[in-house]
Amino acid sequence: MRVGFFVTCLVDTMRPSVGFSAIKLLERAGCEVIVPPTQTCCGQPAWNSGADAHCRDLARKVIDSFLEFDYVVVPSGSCAGMIRNHYPEALKDDGAYHLRALSLAKKTYELTQFLVEVARATDFSAKYNASACYHDSCSCLREMFVRDAPRQLLANVEGLELKPLKDADVCCGFGGLFSVKYPEISERMADDKLSDAKNSEASLVIGPDLGCLLHLAGRAARRGENLKFRHIAEVLANCSQASIGEGT
Amino acid sequence: MTQDPLAFREASKKAVHDPRLKQALGRIKGHFQLARRFASSDFPDFDALRGQGAAIREHSITHLHSLLDEFEKSVTTRGGQVHWARNATEARQIVIDILKRSGARRVTKGKSMVSEEIGLNDALLAHGIVPIETDLGEYIIQLRHEPPSHIIAPAFHLNKEDVADTFRAAHSKLDPARDLSDRSALVGEARAMLRAAFEGADAGITGANFLTAREGAALIVTNEGNGDLTRLLPRTHIVVTGIEKVVPDLNAASVLLRLLTRSATGQPITSYVSVMSGPHSEEMADGPREFHVVLVDNGRTRLLGTPAQATLRCIRCAACLNHCPIYGAVGGHAYGATYPGPIGAALNPNLLGISEAHHHPNASTFCGRCAEVCPVKIPLPTIMRYWRAREYAAGLPPITYRAGLGLWAFAAKRPLLYRLGTRLASRVLKKLAKGGRIRALPMAGGWFAIRDLPEPQGKTFMEQLNSP
Ligand code: SF4
Repeated sequence: MRVGFFVTCLVDTMRPSVGFSAIKLLERAGCEVIVPPTQTCCGQPAWNSGADAHCRDLARKVIDSFLEFDYVVVPSGSCAGMIRNHYPEALKDDGAYHLRALSLAKKTYELTQFLVEVARATDFSAKYNASACYHDSCSCLREMFVRDAPRQLLANVEGLELKPLKDADVCCGFGGLFSVKYPEISERMADDKLSDAKNSEASLVIGPDLGCLLHLAGRAARRGENLKFRHIAEVLANCSQASIGEGT
Repeated sequence: MTQDPLAFREASKKAVHDPRLKQALGRIKGHFQLARRFASSDFPDFDALRGQGAAIREHSITHLHSLLDEFEKSVTTRGGQVHWARNATEARQIVIDILKRSGARRVTKGKSMVSEEIGLNDALLAHGIVPIETDLGEYIIQLRHEPPSHIIAPAFHLNKEDVADTFRAAHSKLDPARDLSDRSALVGEARAMLRAAFEGADAGITGANFLTAREGAALIVTNEGNGDLTRLLPRTHIVVTGIEKVVPDLNAASVLLRLLTRSATGQPITSYVSVMSGPHSEEMADGPREFHVVLVDNGRTRLLGTPAQATLRCIRCAACLNHCPIYGAVGGHAYGATYPGPIGAALNPNLLGISEAHHHPNASTFCGRCAEVCPVKIPLPTIMRYWRAREYAAGLPPITYRAGLGLWAFAAKRPLLYRLGTRLASRVLKKLAKGGRIRALPMAGGWFAIRDLPEPQGKTFMEQLNSP
């Protein structure tokens, strides 16, 4: 299986260890992983802002970079959802690219979904001593329909005790540029999520989307909360880097 | 009622820091979310029912013209009258003319969002006609001179202490020392007040949940029975509603009824379902002498054929509000419009104009819960995004925002330039970080207003990948 790996702009800039962890997992699952050097961002900030022309330009670039692979794997539900659901919509009046967008959409997966549903690999002999809760991202749940895959993967991590998180299907208040446009509403939503995480008695919050995690970790730091945050790829790949916001 | 977009941020800021409002909104989960969850999981295949509901509403919207014609004929045959209003002004005038002709001075009203939309109460008062809201929630907010904060629970922003204060202030002839500490005392007092209003009313105005074309009937659901007293006791009954409420027949309406009550309050059916199909006839013991239906367009036909057309399917169940985390944080009033929450975000740019209401479709993280619960499967985030595209095309976002986005897109289309930018960014951010985080950056006030930025790891992924 030739897998084109879309690292996402946030992982590229803020947390490369998520990308390297994901590649390690994909290779262990038997995939040949290629990182096309022409990739930048999926264009979601433009799409969600209604800047359709910018978004279409970026979508065409991503399509050109990734169409040749058997699969496209993304360590983010939100960017994967963008490619799978919104590229065909954005390019619906662009004949040739519309068809390409549809075919790219079909082979695009969120990382945990790909590992479980396509590569059928669920045990990576990972070890992590902590009690943790899992924060589903809204895009994983409602754009990619991923709910069980990450839980199945985390169940096989030795030493990890997964606590149920109340209101797991409720948004954490990130929402991309929403977090900047309406910080006070975003704050309330983050605080609700952080108290649910604390009430679950977890010391670690694991998530599939770096956007939510940066927002939650940033808010927790501001409030002086004693919670750690990690991307699921890092936990599964025994990544030794400090957790998000922990410093080096 | 409209509001400038900056005011929304201010209003939402105030709302999230209001402890009483927080307490009131905290009831949404127990009151509405769980009720809906139980009601929908009790139903054998609720999702199939949603599909059927969506299909009925879509059919109705695409056959609006012929169904409305049929509805008018059916109503006329039964001795009622249909009036057509292109906009809010015409709608108000039609109602006032009917009331003046019949010499009505006091009017009881059932709950109707369309009446709020067209600003009916103020218009009536200006013509010396006194409207009395008879739905308990509407009655409370009318006493407080407030607009509804929720489309099915207009006084949801209030706690029972707020209601007690309101009653003490408004019912000044009653003993000020009376006990209003529990709910039943409040309900009892309102009931006594409303009883007198029902007895003295010259006309009754209600909305409609559905209009059925074949039978020429209007349906309303209530839990208080106030709708029946409003429509049956006075000489004149006026239904004021939107043209999109029409469905083919009672069978279609009954499917939607099952969806509506389960999605709204989690009830398999409401306490009262009233079918109103014309004036009192010879065989009937009672009922109104005159039956009028005022059908309001007010921008609805403008949506036909646009990507926002599906909003016309809406049956105003409020499930989208009840499951919206933004609504749950700020409540209804912060939106500054008749329709708050996700359905408001989808309706208001059309109703009020994109420049007046462009903040509404932006007040969403696109978390998708609204669309997931909508009983007629309206793709609410897709429609909000459509309005954002219209907003962007109209040049409404601030110039700094558009310039920033343009600059970012320019770089993102050029991988080499983009790589330079991300390398620089990750290095600078790394330098600025202390103790694992950055506390403030110029031009990023929105982010840093409430949170820090976790420290980046240093070299970018692409950089590390290419340096062995
Ligand atoms: S949009 Fe859907 S969920 Fe919201 S009020 Fe209308 S019918 Fe109900």
